[in-house]
Amino acid sequence: MKKIARSELNALFAAIAEQKQLFIPADNTAGQAEFILWKDGVALTEKLNTTRSAKDLFFPQVENLVNFKVSDKKMEIIENRDPAAPFVVFGVRACDCRSFDILDSVFLSEPVDTFYKARRENGIIVTLGCTKPAETCFCGAFGIDAANPAGDVTCWLDGETLYWKSNTDKGKALTAALSVLTDCDENAVVAIQENTRKILEKLPLNNLDLSGFESDKLMELFNNPAWTELSESCLGCGTCTFVCPTCQCYDVQDFDNGREVRRFRCWDSCMYSDFTMMAHGTNRPTQKERFRQRFMHKLVYYPSNNNGVFGCVGCGRCLQKCPIHMNIVKVAKKLKEVAK
Amino acid sequence: MRQDPLIPMLGEVTMIRTDTPDVKTFRVVGIDGKKPFEHIPGQCAMLSIPGVGEALFSITSSPTEPDYVDFSIKKCGCVTTWLHSMDVGQQVTIRGPYGNGFPVDTELAGKDLLFIAGGIGLAPLHSVINYCRHYRDRYGKIDIVYGSRSKDDLVDYPEIIDEWCKEDGINVHLTIDNPQEGWDGHVGFVPNFVKELAFDTSKTVLMCGPPIMIKFTLAGLQELGFDKSQVYTTFELKMKCALGKCGRCNIGDKYVCKDGPVFRLDEMDELPDEY
Repeated sequence: MKKIARSELNALFAAIAEQKQLFIPADNTAGQAEFILWKDGVALTEKLNTTRSAKDLFFPQVENLVNFKVSDKKMEIIENRDPAAPFVVFGVRACDCRSFDILDSVFLSEPVDTFYKARRENGIIVTLGCTKPAETCFCGAFGIDAANPAGDVTCWLDGETLYWKSNTDKGKALTAALSVLTDCDENAVVAIQENTRKILEKLPLNNLDLSGFESDKLMELFNNPAWTELSESCLGCGTCTFVCPTCQCYDVQDFDNGREVRRFRCWDSCMYSDFTMMAHGTNRPTQKERFRQRFMHKLVYYPSNNNGVFGCVGCGRCLQKCPIHMNIVKVAKKLKEVAK
Repeated sequence: MRQDPLIPMLGEVTMIRTDTPDVKTFRVVGIDGKKPFEHIPGQCAMLSIPGVGEALFSITSSPTEPDYVDFSIKKCGCVTTWLHSMDVGQQVTIRGPYGNGFPVDTELAGKDLLFIAGGIGLAPLHSVINYCRHYRDRYGKIDIVYGSRSKDDLVDYPEIIDEWCKEDGINVHLTIDNPQEGWDGHVGFVPNFVKELAFDTSKTVLMCGPPIMIKFTLAGLQELGFDKSQVYTTFELKMKCALGKCGRCNIGDKYVCKDGPVFRLDEMDELPDEY
């Protein structure tokens, strides 16, 4: 384990930025925390987490796939892949770090998505243990320990010191290049972790029970009468999907600028009415079906295809951001209540 | 550049055949003049016109055609309208093949087969029918029930009349929705026609058509004594990637693009009715 004084964080960030692009959670001009490219003067946010998750850096909201040059009946395929530079993302929380396991299972399974893979290979994830988990946090329901996040490097921060522990070869290579860090004892973070776990125990969603979503209950859950009431107020704004660290649905669109056609991929949302719209209609005609799809996917469909692992990491963003205060916790509780 | 499955290859349309007032068949080869890929009957491919869009189509030709792939496409949306307006020699993009296809070499081998198609639903079955004709000794008797709105809406009518109808061991049963001058064949909807024909329940059924036809034909087959486990169908839902990643073609925990598009109807009992 290594450490550096909290007052020297700027020197640490400068040392990392000398090697690779560095993104840290910092407040933007609107006062919201987001992962911002570090340069001198960019300071670590005081907020628990970023408004949007760290997935943006690996699966950006919009990215170029390929260009086409079209003339009369002929066409040409032109490489237009966005350059993938090596980068470090610092300050990823335990929940967001786990979301990469879920995104990996989608994008790195055959056939591999080479766009995502390039960013995963180029990116080093430095996590930061939580010291002030919020009432909306429920990562514990998914077996995630906010006091001991995974990642290439794990950090802990108290009032005085940042502690730094490398976990992977990538993390070790980065650590070796950072002479500003000094050695320290592994036990240095035990007090921080204990303090975090004490807070976690008292959080209202700490004991969220997610049993009852096994794949053999798929049809029963799909036909649960609660979906009508649960979805009634949904505006279909898609905010939950955009802030969600595990939502990975995408659209592919073409933009014709008159000279070339740019084919790009962008985030999409199962909450939108045109998500499954085809020339002959849609199989999810009302918000009830779209709403049900989103939660069934996280709680039942994804786990059914992934050894029971849920497609949610308990980051709590949807609890904070939904304009009608609907969220996966309410959905899970209501479904269980009605199923009884 | 590492090739990504989302990046298509270029193809060229070498033949366009007008089948019905709203269906054309397009023959596509790679720009090297060769068949773009090998496929299994029932599989699909993505065709696109850059700037217009990309969409998934079932491959109509049999894998036994050595030089090309065909797509019978009904004009009904943006991409299909554009395809219908193009001429021979047009380049398009193509990627695939996608999906599981029909189990032609396993579960269907040695069986008496009953094909039931409605309208453009013949497109995916056409590939299987011609595959079975090519390897005729691998299959038992073949019955084909095909219906459409009118005689003019039967896709690939000349091939049906001149080839399928003339082969031993293949019985073709055509029907149209309403009486029409010059038509002395059966008139009526597919589900009733299937019941009237009272097929032997030892047959394995491959069915494709509009959802309403599937629903009532299945009920008719069950009345005759068929079990759902004897019936295969193929689905079509909105897709962007066809790789199991864009997240929209799922029926429950199954993705039509990779777990389908071919499903046995008893498997569908375990999936939500959302298709």
